[in-house]
Amino acid sequence: MTALRLWLAPLGAIALATAVLALILLALGASPARALGALLSGAFGDSLALTNTALRMCPLLLVGLGVAVAFRCGIWNIGGEGQLYVGAIAATAVATRVAPDAPGLLLLPLVLAAGVLAGALWGGLAAALRVGRGVSEVLSTILLNFIALLLVAYAVHGPLQELSSAYPQSDAFPDAARLGLLPGLGRVHAGIALALLLVAAVWFLFFRTAAGLRLRAVGLSPEAARYAGIRPEREIVRVLFISGGLAGLAGALEVSGVTGRLFENLSAGYGFTAIAVALLARLHPLGVLPAALFFAALATGSGAMQRVAHVPSVTVQVIEALVIFFSASFALPRRAGTD
Amino acid sequence: MDPALIAFLLSTLRLSTPLAIAALGELVAERSGVLNIGIEGMMLGGAFAAFVLGVYSDSALLGVLGGIAAGVGLAALFAAFTLWRGADPIVCGAALNLFALGATGTLYRLVFPPELGQRGAPQLGELIPGLNGFVVIAVLLALGVAVFLGRTRLGLAVRAVGERAEAAHAQGVRVLALRWGSTLMGGACAGLAGATLVLWISDTFVEGMTSGRGFIALALVLFGGYRPGRIVGGALLFGAASALQFRLQARGIEIPYSLLLMTPYLLTLVVLAVFAGRVRTPADLARPFSGRA
Repeated sequence: MTALRLWLAPLGAIALATAVLALILLALGASPARALGALLSGAFGDSLALTNTALRMCPLLLVGLGVAVAFRCGIWNIGGEGQLYVGAIAATAVATRVAPDAPGLLLLPLVLAAGVLAGALWGGLAAALRVGRGVSEVLSTILLNFIALLLVAYAVHGPLQELSSAYPQSDAFPDAARLGLLPGLGRVHAGIALALLLVAAVWFLFFRTAAGLRLRAVGLSPEAARYAGIRPEREIVRVLFISGGLAGLAGALEVSGVTGRLFENLSAGYGFTAIAVALLARLHPLGVLPAALFFAALATGSGAMQRVAHVPSVTVQVIEALVIFFSASFALPRRAGTD
Repeated sequence: MDPALIAFLLSTLRLSTPLAIAALGELVAERSGVLNIGIEGMMLGGAFAAFVLGVYSDSALLGVLGGIAAGVGLAALFAAFTLWRGADPIVCGAALNLFALGATGTLYRLVFPPELGQRGAPQLGELIPGLNGFVVIAVLLALGVAVFLGRTRLGLAVRAVGERAEAAHAQGVRVLALRWGSTLMGGACAGLAGATLVLWISDTFVEGMTSGRGFIALALVLFGGYRPGRIVGGALLFGAASALQFRLQARGIEIPYSLLLMTPYLLTLVVLAVFAGRVRTPADLARPFSGRA
């Protein structure tokens, strides 16, 4: 019964949020059926829509996965957006400045590794502040988001700006630094496959290895974990490395697979939507798959909804917030000591 | 006095006032055991409501009241999910920020005719010669919060609820009622701080205009060690740092703009790194209380 409730709860959260969206549409004088129809066809209606949904799903999968793992470990990593951006910066630095002439087969792995490493270190900074200085990761990751956003601005107006200095953007990535496209799937890049692989890998790590058990134990109760010989501080550093690394990879995949350049506002708030993804997934690595698909479709379809029903695309954030509220109220696994 | 120095001091006062107001409200909430990281969102909601009401009524006072009402409304949403449903406060605070960003953006674009955006919002102006109304409010608020928490029975009860909710409950203190009240008080202050941005610091509304001030206010509570006086001092320090940053920009000093903009966030991080470990937070902060214990 409880298990059934836990699986039905995310659907309930979506239903409630959709009902609120319908009310907003009615209040705005738009037909909810027409607007929601536009949303659906905008997300899934044709191959272009499907491509866009898949492209948006990739960063949501990776960052959402990272957020889910961190939250599960009791670490409130709100810094996905910043970790994604530093990943994109590092990937761009390698692709356009450090090693643009590296041999073809070497460059792409270097670019992606730079993204992962930068994101992991950005997350690791929050971990160091938490473990070493007692600073709550909630505040530090939020502040690091602002700093990362401004670092992007600095990079594209300064050291990473294109050599012609025409626009505040980086040079285009050399071909060898671009991710390949999946055959027969339009602009969908190979990063999606990598993201899906990582979902499986994180699931395995989390539920089938001793390292995963330690992480989950710390999330359930740091005190009990300590009695079991686990050092929570070490697990906190580990999980923020993993969480940040996944977000950093998402940033590297965006520049390498989608845009081919670094510029400001590259991310459509993926780091924040990822929190909604993780909660709708009930912090389960595999749950991230449908949850990321849902929010990717919502974001893609909102453009069509804007054209048909004049609902601004920012309204999607209201829906995301409501899904978080409802999921946190009804679908989150109870933590030790809360009930 | 040197006119440049006077301008700097005035600018410091301007920039620190909303930080102090928001942080004092969050202080009350946190003392009752409620950690609300949604200040940023409540501030944004307050700024938007102050702008709409201010422009429509051409009355700064109505704008102030609108800002407070919006902050209280958003705080009630937060309280409904966290205190009533027992949902996690960090998660709900993050959601509240997202909600306010989306809701104000939607309303601003849809409901509000663009030509009204051209008109500036009315300004609150001076309440006492030489002192803007918001400064007067902030000073009174700081005194009020200090007296309330330190010298009244109700304030003592609020602190007890934040330290040991179960023990306070056993003494007959109504834990959830006090937490509701403190959360709404925090919302009122955040909304008022948002109104300050529109009715004093700039006369218009821009989407996402709070730009992290709510989070800085959150850090100020820690920095001030949960004492109203020190929180105001911290706000002045941050105001001075921002004012200095604007002066450097105006002088055309050779530091990239984006790096200058980074200073308040970096300063907050450094301050937290130095002070956070030394501060004793209320023992039951962010711990749920079911009301059945």
